[in-house]
Amino acid sequence: MTQTNPGRANALEVRNLVVHNSALTAVRGLDFTLPAGGRMGLVGESGSGKTLTALSLMGLLPMGWQANGSVLHDGVDLVTQSDKALSSRRGRTISMVFQDPLSSLDPVRRIGFQVSSVIRRHTQASQQEADRQTLELFRQMSLPRPEQLMRAYPHEISGGQRQRIMIAMALACYPQLIIADEPTTALDVTVQKQVLRLLNNAVQERGCALMMITHDLPIIAAMCDMVAVMYAGRIVEIGPVAEVFRTPRHHYTKGLLDSQPTMDNIALDGSSRLASIPGMVPPLQSLPKGCAFHPRCAAATEKCRTTIPTLEGDQRRAACWHPLGAEAAADAEVKAQ
Amino acid sequence: MAIYVLRKLVFFLGAIFIASVAIFLLIRGAGGNVAAVVLGKGATPEAINALAHSYGLDRPLFVQYFDWVGNMLSGDLGRSFRTNERVADLVTARLSVSIPLALSGLILGLIIAIPVGTYAARNVGTPSGAILALVSQIGVAVPVFWAGILLSLLFGVRLGWLPTGGWTEWSVSPWGAIRSLVLPVLSLGLIMAAVLIRYVRSAVLDVMNQDYLRTARAVGMTRTEALLKVGLRNASLPLVTIVGLQIAELIGGTVIIETVFSLPGLSRMMLANVAAREVIVVQSTVMLIIIFVIGVNLLVDLLYGILDPRVRSTR
Repeated sequence: MTQTNPGRANALEVRNLVVHNSALTAVRGLDFTLPAGGRMGLVGESGSGKTLTALSLMGLLPMGWQANGSVLHDGVDLVTQSDKALSSRRGRTISMVFQDPLSSLDPVRRIGFQVSSVIRRHTQASQQEADRQTLELFRQMSLPRPEQLMRAYPHEISGGQRQRIMIAMALACYPQLIIADEPTTALDVTVQKQVLRLLNNAVQERGCALMMITHDLPIIAAMCDMVAVMYAGRIVEIGPVAEVFRTPRHHYTKGLLDSQPTMDNIALDGSSRLASIPGMVPPLQSLPKGCAFHPRCAAATEKCRTTIPTLEGDQRRAACWHPLGAEAAADAEVKAQ
Repeated sequence: MAIYVLRKLVFFLGAIFIASVAIFLLIRGAGGNVAAVVLGKGATPEAINALAHSYGLDRPLFVQYFDWVGNMLSGDLGRSFRTNERVADLVTARLSVSIPLALSGLILGLIIAIPVGTYAARNVGTPSGAILALVSQIGVAVPVFWAGILLSLLFGVRLGWLPTGGWTEWSVSPWGAIRSLVLPVLSLGLIMAAVLIRYVRSAVLDVMNQDYLRTARAVGMTRTEALLKVGLRNASLPLVTIVGLQIAELIGGTVIIETVFSLPGLSRMMLANVAAREVIVVQSTVMLIIIFVIGVNLLVDLLYGILDPRVRSTR
């Protein structure tokens, strides 16, 4: 969707990222590159480590959690930076939109102040100038009566408006990268599309990179050019969205795609059934040996139970001993002979 | 906001009215013949009747009630049976001891509790956090009078730095007055702090886990900055309520402290007048204290409305 500009450095280069606390390892070695202006979707079930990955990029891990590996962004390794050094980047070169906009805004401060103080923090702007820019942002976010909104409190406006405020805050200083963690999950279905469209346009205008975390595959298909599928703390498949969704190689990816409701499979009279992946995401403290997905995988063999598959390939990579495409290719070969 | 203030004012006046009726009935109605109580055993019926008549105690109760309320509203709190002094004068003289004592005790409590409680919240699960929790727990368990006696033993008797009790009038020597207040304020403040530390700690802990604190950091604040700029303002909301409730506790504390340190404060005057069966003095002074406590609660409610915009618009 978005062209990668070869003149600019990558927005994010993640190498062997591990996130753990004293007892658990939630993210177990991620490798991916997000080019400047690129858009990557990160999908997976709850507990697959998506949110901890995002928080580790921001340096906002909860107490007790720690990140290892390297995350190159804007010429520095974010993993090794101090809280102070990171704080001068957060909101300026890298920002984040959270899931629940009501609990994410300060309940006792006016909205205008909350947004303009981000601008004042990272630029030399006067309060007047920051207010002007805030109003401009509100207009870009198609927020009604922006002047009145400046003086409103978060509880006085709707959920969709709150999330647009959050996006405005994240965009305020023209960051190189925005991480959006389930930005529409807490919103009414009727406003989800509008919020996504505004986010999409704003990101496009600014040419900033986007990392979209969601379990909603159509959103990824509409907004991203790359997708990484996470399972139990690892990326199991990564590649261009169109290819991955059309011809998934990992059985988990296929399972996810098959369990998406569409108008065809959503009939509730029992004539057609929505597929689901059998079993549950394994708890982090007792991950199965070998491929973590093997207990839920129909194609699992002895090798899957003992040895962890690595991500193979260049643009398209899948961590599977029996990738889906390969079978078909092998079948075709057999037939041809 | 106007409706909110109005509602709180109506509640304030209603509570005062109910309290005044309750006090009046408890002291006048349930106490039997006031004049007989004042004069004590062995008084002749003639003397009792004469006293009752001269103070209007032989009139119907509701007439006496409205008489009392009307006088209070015009600033006349009545007179002592024995000395014929005006209650208003008695009270004002004592306030110059009690107000500095209670107020400084509360402020000292807050000055200690806010930073220590915040520190304890930030160090949950570490040895220093555990030690703080233990110390404040012990502080809660220590009775105020015992703290007062210990402090008086150490600084008054052993070190001889401060008077162990007694009072020097402000008009005689302001420095002397301050010196006589130091130990009482210290005992009251330390105990108050011990109670408040736990509330501050849990309020800050609660705020630290809120999403908006993470947002504050996500837009460029350091951990500490977010806690101080965004966290404390939000943590102050539950604390305002707690401090309001602690005011009543504080007045109870002054009764004990004034006795331990022989300070001529309002609470001790009350105790003495209860013992001397000075019905009018007790009745009016209790009413004043109740108005003060309810007034503080009104203030807390109004402050809450200023601090939290959600309260203003929803209630």
